[in-house]
Amino acid sequence: MKGLFMIDPVTLAVIQAGLQQVCDEMDLTFSRAAFSPVIAEADDRSDGIYSAEDGSLIAQGSKGLPVFVGVMQFSTRTLVQRIRDGITAAPEPGDIYIVNDPYLGGTHLMDVRFAMPVWRGGRIWCWLSNTGHWPDTGGMVPGGFSASAISAEQEGLRLPPVKLFKKGVLDAEIWAIIQSNIRVADQRIGDVKAQASALMVGAERLAQLMDRYGDDTVTEAVARMRDLAARQMRAMIGLIPEGSYRAEAYVDSDGVVNEPLTIALTVTRKGDALTFDFTGSSAPCMGPMNSVRATTLSSVYLAMRHIFPDVPISAGAFEPLHVTGIEGTFLDAHYPRPVSGCAAEVSQRIAEAVFAALVQAIPDRVTAAPAGTSGNFGLGGTDPETGAGYVMYQISGGGYGGFAGGDGIANGCSTIGISKAPPVEIMEQKYPVLYRRYALHEGSGGAGQWRGGFGLDYEIELLRGTARASFVMDHGRSGPKGALGGQDGAVNRVEIHYGDQVTIPEHLSKAQDIVLAPGDRVRVRTPGGGGYGAPGSRDPRAVAEDVALGRYTAEQAALLWPGR
Amino acid sequence: MAGLVAGVDVGGTFTDLVIFDPASGGVRLAKVPTSLPNQAPGVLAAFEAAGADLADLDLIVHGTTTTTNAVLERQLAKTGIITTAGFRDVLELGRRTRPQAYGMSGRFVPIIPRNLRLEVPERMDARGRVVTPLDEAALRAAVGTLRDEGCEALVIHFLHAYANPAHELRAGEIAAGLWPNGYITLGHALLSEAREYERGVTAAVNASVQPILERYIARLAGELKARGYTRDLLVMNGNGGMVSAAHVAREAVKTVMSGPASGVMAAVATGRRAGMPNLLTYDMGGTSTDVAMIRGGVAPVSNEIEVEYAMPIHVPMVDVRTVGAGGGSIARVDESGMLRVGPESAGSTPGPVCYGRGGTRVTISDANLVLGRLPAARFGQAADAARAAMAEQIGKPLGLSVEAAAEAVVRIANTHMAGAVRMVSISLGADPRDFALFAFGGAGPLHAVALARELSVPKVLVPARPGITNALGCVVADLRHDFVRTLNRPLDALDMAEAHGVLAAQEAEGRRLIAEERIEVRDIRAEYTADMQFVGQTHLLRVALPSATPTRDQLQCLFEAAYHARFKVELPEIRASVMNLNVSVTGRRAELDLSRLIDPVGRRATAEPQATRPVWFAGAWVETPVYWRDHLPLAPDLTGPAIIEQMDTTLVVDPGCRVTGDADGNLIVGVEA
Repeated sequence: MKGLFMIDPVTLAVIQAGLQQVCDEMDLTFSRAAFSPVIAEADDRSDGIYSAEDGSLIAQGSKGLPVFVGVMQFSTRTLVQRIRDGITAAPEPGDIYIVNDPYLGGTHLMDVRFAMPVWRGGRIWCWLSNTGHWPDTGGMVPGGFSASAISAEQEGLRLPPVKLFKKGVLDAEIWAIIQSNIRVADQRIGDVKAQASALMVGAERLAQLMDRYGDDTVTEAVARMRDLAARQMRAMIGLIPEGSYRAEAYVDSDGVVNEPLTIALTVTRKGDALTFDFTGSSAPCMGPMNSVRATTLSSVYLAMRHIFPDVPISAGAFEPLHVTGIEGTFLDAHYPRPVSGCAAEVSQRIAEAVFAALVQAIPDRVTAAPAGTSGNFGLGGTDPETGAGYVMYQISGGGYGGFAGGDGIANGCSTIGISKAPPVEIMEQKYPVLYRRYALHEGSGGAGQWRGGFGLDYEIELLRGTARASFVMDHGRSGPKGALGGQDGAVNRVEIHYGDQVTIPEHLSKAQDIVLAPGDRVRVRTPGGGGYGAPGSRDPRAVAEDVALGRYTAEQAALLWPGR
Repeated sequence: MAGLVAGVDVGGTFTDLVIFDPASGGVRLAKVPTSLPNQAPGVLAAFEAAGADLADLDLIVHGTTTTTNAVLERQLAKTGIITTAGFRDVLELGRRTRPQAYGMSGRFVPIIPRNLRLEVPERMDARGRVVTPLDEAALRAAVGTLRDEGCEALVIHFLHAYANPAHELRAGEIAAGLWPNGYITLGHALLSEAREYERGVTAAVNASVQPILERYIARLAGELKARGYTRDLLVMNGNGGMVSAAHVAREAVKTVMSGPASGVMAAVATGRRAGMPNLLTYDMGGTSTDVAMIRGGVAPVSNEIEVEYAMPIHVPMVDVRTVGAGGGSIARVDESGMLRVGPESAGSTPGPVCYGRGGTRVTISDANLVLGRLPAARFGQAADAARAAMAEQIGKPLGLSVEAAAEAVVRIANTHMAGAVRMVSISLGADPRDFALFAFGGAGPLHAVALARELSVPKVLVPARPGITNALGCVVADLRHDFVRTLNRPLDALDMAEAHGVLAAQEAEGRRLIAEERIEVRDIRAEYTADMQFVGQTHLLRVALPSATPTRDQLQCLFEAAYHARFKVELPEIRASVMNLNVSVTGRRAELDLSRLIDPVGRRATAEPQATRPVWFAGAWVETPVYWRDHLPLAPDLTGPAIIEQMDTTLVVDPGCRVTGDADGNLIVGVEA
């Protein structure tokens, strides 16, 4: 091999696969042991290995939540720096730090990170870290997804990096403070132990790998992997024609001020680097639709990984990607701006802007815009039958964008997630609701040569007691964008049915504290995906099939695909 | 059992047959090409090749991929479904997923198209109380519509039917009066658990393969009868047991994983006789590798297998994990100069370069050829082409010699396969050092020794006939019935008398079914398990119970111990709960003598190599003795390097590893750490 590296390519590949398996096993352990369905069922968590020197990403589990791609390297970097600066106490073997501060390299407060150093020969060789979405971290609304918070304190308990485990033992005092500030605290001890268990299992497996191949060899492999990932990303960038590509994406509103927020993006490929310039994006907003720097960068990374899924997740892959122009915009908010919408919604608009820019450059590799919303519908109240309080979440998918050679998938997961939606039967077992419908959102796929996928159309009736509903969704004003002549997908539509009277939230896709009585119903139709290519190029048989299957009415099809 | 017993397994490429004569201990084998799409002619050809007179046979057990292929190739019977009003699209919407974690494109075709999914007014709530009565007129109309559309099979799938099946049962009764055949599947009948998508897909797959399986089995049974076979034909189930041909179609979905299951059952039987109850099974074929963990002589069974993207089949099936690494997996150097192997595969057409069928991209098989592990002579000129392709596609970009390049390909492949084995073993709390690697399939023994070393598995067990292991699994498998009953109660609120009653009833039902099957069994055993969790968790941990009457304390202790073994933490703060109580009832059949799978006539007194050839081990060519397996003595004692060839596979023994054998003709390779 050329260059400074002595390691043979085979050992390198073996160590790369081995490090990947360590991360995958941490992911699996965390999910299997967790209590909160958000982690156990929806896999809203991620585990990885980070460098001792600056926290940069060495390897990350392949089944981790995509929005966490790269995020933990920022929080680990901050932690390493704070230890170096003497702000945070230095670690001893067996210590595990906890942190959820969004402004110290995070996402929203609900994403709680653990970090544990791995010691080799008396020195820290790397960090293992994981993130889990806790079902509650205090704040003004159960679950933390406020649509109307105007400062960080309203969103929940904010923890700087502190040692939750000291020499392997849970610190009862810190845990007591946390417990006193979060809802449904009694089961969180199970999640805390699951999160720690994943790191301990990972440390054990990593030690086996290092014993086997030797610390020096693994260290060298890590450096080489980083170099190779950077080269691979550069090779991919080489597929993009030189030039600049512009796109915009819009967040419906910040939940407080009813005006759209703009993400303005210019992607420029020059040589083997890509620059993502967000100059011209909206200023920081009053409501919780701000993003923090780590989340913004991670959103760009995850979009690139959707486009080039073969490039391994490693700090090297991010080297040729440069993000500029976010200072002073809502994509780089600072304390005390509220940020609860950053991971679930703003991140997806950022990814959408990346897709919309690059589909112009490499149309064979990028889809039209996907629904791109997590579709959070929260319902909280007390069930008079049991006397117990409840907080219900319905997350939902939407249509994906059409792509060269295929129609978009129906009811796909959010761009930033991999979580499955809970079954209707499980929801009805747990909460006093009855689903009247769980169906295809007919007509929602954007027209095109390849049409967008269909959203979801569901309707939930409250059976007993009163409850408060909240919504944090998006794409209520304009549907996911079509590409290359394709049309936009259908918008997200929320309706509250009080008997025969139907109302629509003022902010369309965002609302909080809507009071429901028994018999009241909520109907949500999620966005369809954008169409790809001119509708006039669609195979008429495909149009006829969609009509035969009732996905569009004959009238809709005649309007969307005239003459087909 | 006096007469002959036959196991016949239809795989993707070959149909394998093994016939035992329990009286004389004699064994007959045959391997013939699989016939497609109708597998019956291939099965009959196998009996002909073995020179078997069907009138002499007492029992034929059949493993078939008919339903597997039907599902994977979507060659399904036209099927309609009737659902609760508002929910016909559940089968198309799934659980809000995408095919890969990264990449926003992909395809998904629902198992039943939208125009054949109809709705009727009816509704139960989550506790099984009627919210909306069944509209029987609407149901009649819907059944009529689907019948007139030409549907052959029908599914009735209502919300919460697991809690109260009254509407489904009534609808099934009405439909039976209108439907031209018996192909009606009720959602709750196969799987009485919540989760409408998983239950619906399981039912829909069952209905869609039912007519196909029944036609095939009826035709085969007819052909066998015409040739003089008078007994019952048994079919392998995915749970590792077998069922009568007369009943198999009713729960056709259970045969979807029958191929991998029979391989695991053969491993169980072989390991039991060899005194190795802990095995990691490793079946490497042309496009993929199946692995499973057998602990204490028990095959692992799971209720949650996804046979492909968004196709969950939630009935008990042997838990086999598949990775996309087989002999045909393609090796390449990616854009950054990193060597990658698979998951892309050259399959069997065009296949590896060395097959000479037009394949141009190098594969794992080509690497084995370049390294001298496969005999170059067998491949003729294509061997040279494979070597040239390896040099060009892997050696040149990596700056490696052709041999080093091929060795690298094999090592990467082994790493992937080792990862899969770890996921079914270490990640479930098992230590590989307590296991032997059971290597079979055409390519398994080529990699087994190196793989065992990678995993720190101390021994490799190579059965007498690695290439017919699935057929062997058919004859050695037991009769088996699995039952699951969902209770979902905190342990301290569990009515222990009720729990004992559930276990007893399940066991009684299993014993009744086995008695009905009229197959001679040695004994009937029941195994009791509980699926438990801490209150508030969603994943379950399965705990083996010592009897059908466990005490509350026993359940608590067993669960805590299992939890600590898996997760290394204790949770005294939280109560335990019991989700399911399960019983597996097994009718164990008389043990067969496996010692004559290799004909004793060919055995020689000492192990003498037939030839030598250069084989590449750890960076150098080593002149290596080549043995013919059928000529080895029963208890060979030789030390690698060695190549041991037989009709259906090649075993590679690394330098320093010692090969011994046992009374059944198994080879046991001790792996130097």
